[in-house]
Amino acid sequence: MLSLSPEETTALLLSLKVAGTATFASLPFGLWIAWLLARKDFPGKAVLDAVVHLPLILPPVVTGYVLLLLFGRKGWLGAPLSEYFGIVFAFRWTGAALACAVMGFPLLVRALRLSFEAVDRKLEQAAGTLGAPPWAVFVTVTLPLLLPGLLAGLVLSFARAVGEFGATITFVSNIPGETQTLPTAIYTFLQIPDGDGPALRLVLICVALAVSALLLSEWLSRLAAKRIEGG
Amino acid sequence: MSLQVDIQHSQGAFDLALRFECGAGITALFGRSGAGKTTLIDLIAGLRRPQQGRIAVAGRVLVDTAQGIFLPPHKRSLGYVFQEARLFPHLDVRSNLLYGRRFADGLRLRHDGFDETVAMLGLEPLLARRPGKLSGGEKQRVAIGRALLARPRLLLMDEPLASLDAARKAEILPYIERLRDAAKIPIVYVSHALPEVMRLADHLVLLGAGRVQADGKPAELAARLDLPLLGGGEDAGALLEGSLVDHLPAHGLSRVRSQAGDLLLPKIDLPAGSMLKLRIPARDVTLFLQPPEGSSALNLLRGRVVEMLPHGDTAMDVRLDCNGVALLARITRYSAERMQLAPGAEVCAAIKSVAMDRG
Repeated sequence: MLSLSPEETTALLLSLKVAGTATFASLPFGLWIAWLLARKDFPGKAVLDAVVHLPLILPPVVTGYVLLLLFGRKGWLGAPLSEYFGIVFAFRWTGAALACAVMGFPLLVRALRLSFEAVDRKLEQAAGTLGAPPWAVFVTVTLPLLLPGLLAGLVLSFARAVGEFGATITFVSNIPGETQTLPTAIYTFLQIPDGDGPALRLVLICVALAVSALLLSEWLSRLAAKRIEGG
Repeated sequence: MSLQVDIQHSQGAFDLALRFECGAGITALFGRSGAGKTTLIDLIAGLRRPQQGRIAVAGRVLVDTAQGIFLPPHKRSLGYVFQEARLFPHLDVRSNLLYGRRFADGLRLRHDGFDETVAMLGLEPLLARRPGKLSGGEKQRVAIGRALLARPRLLLMDEPLASLDAARKAEILPYIERLRDAAKIPIVYVSHALPEVMRLADHLVLLGAGRVQADGKPAELAARLDLPLLGGGEDAGALLEGSLVDHLPAHGLSRVRSQAGDLLLPKIDLPAGSMLKLRIPARDVTLFLQPPEGSSALNLLRGRVVEMLPHGDTAMDVRLDCNGVALLARITRYSAERMQLAPGAEVCAAIKSVAMDRG
């Protein structure tokens, strides 16, 4: 029952590629935004906070449509990007990754922001008095102490990316081998006669992925926390 | 002068205006909580910015608002030992100790002084451990080592013993004394604990309400009756330096020679010739107009009354000059009247107890 057809394997591998890319590409931005929100006071902070959280609240279709307007071939950002840099998102797996990254971003930022707030600023001060310039304080003190939250955030946003449906299908459609991820593949199988079997297999894979992601995140966080507390 | 401070800084209702200089050895910043000690040390370290003023260490300007100079903390080369050790929990003791070295030395990390510092602070058995597994006293010793190894020009210590119990304090104090004697680095030591300050300090800056109330040698300030935290305080006492002359094993006593005269103390486990710091609490000094006959008092010193100041409702603080050094006595006002004590009077002081530290 669990031997996958080539079509199903393609969807699974594509899903992992899309979710992995989305997660790791959004990490630097996530760190930066979370740091801004946790540590800095600036005009427009509430607006930034709201914009980051929008994808969590808006219907995914709306987010997908906004992405299409911005990053479509004739979009405000999509047109110059493809013309000058040759970067195309529309109807490509990269577009699916972008949609997943945007949808998972609030989860990543929330986890990182909480971790930033939990890092003891006094330790950063101490590092400064020992001669560490700010970038070194971040790399040698802040980041290691952030690790449990960072891992939890990564796993959450990865899981969210694997499950993303609405924004992806709106923005980059449902093209097998290019943009057809697990959820869109399940959706497709459910539309055709005798598609129940393949759909169920993919559903089981989704459940397995979700459960192992959660277990992994728990385990990593506990490991990191133990390291920090001095195990 | 290794440290020059001249700053004005207000924070809410609190207003700080300080000016002092200090040199080698341990300079204690002493005062009650809220006197501005921690604010001052944070200003020196660069963790706060003064509104106005100048701070220089060994001729190097750290901050000068008039010239628009402000060095951030990591460019000041100052060691800072905090009240709580603030060790990095994700690094073992060795990496904590070497943390500052990496920035002081750049790519060519040198290990000079590492073994000596580890030995001086007794850290050898702790090197592979993580801070989470250390006791409070051990943590503070690692923090001192970490600050020392960053090659500081000045070591700042903000109540490093305040969070420790008496036993842990007693464990760390000798290390700080060794540090004072071994390291050539000047130390600024913040504390509100008088015995600690008197034991460690070479120079004392008394802070009160954001101002320097007095500034000088601990022995001189300890004898000033007008300072409510020192000579006029509840625990007032004179500081004397002495050297161990010999032991009287048959009686379990040791003889200590000070400028004020010889004193007999319970046996001290140190060789003859050792230098000692003695503290004689003012309440434990009794005054006589004539040397008492047939007294059980072991220690009698002759002196002249220099100054008298009422203390509270019933007591009178008396400062004596005993052969050039000050001795304090706290007696009742009734006794002072009955004895007709006045400055210039020759008296004999009987000393009931002496607290002693290694000099």
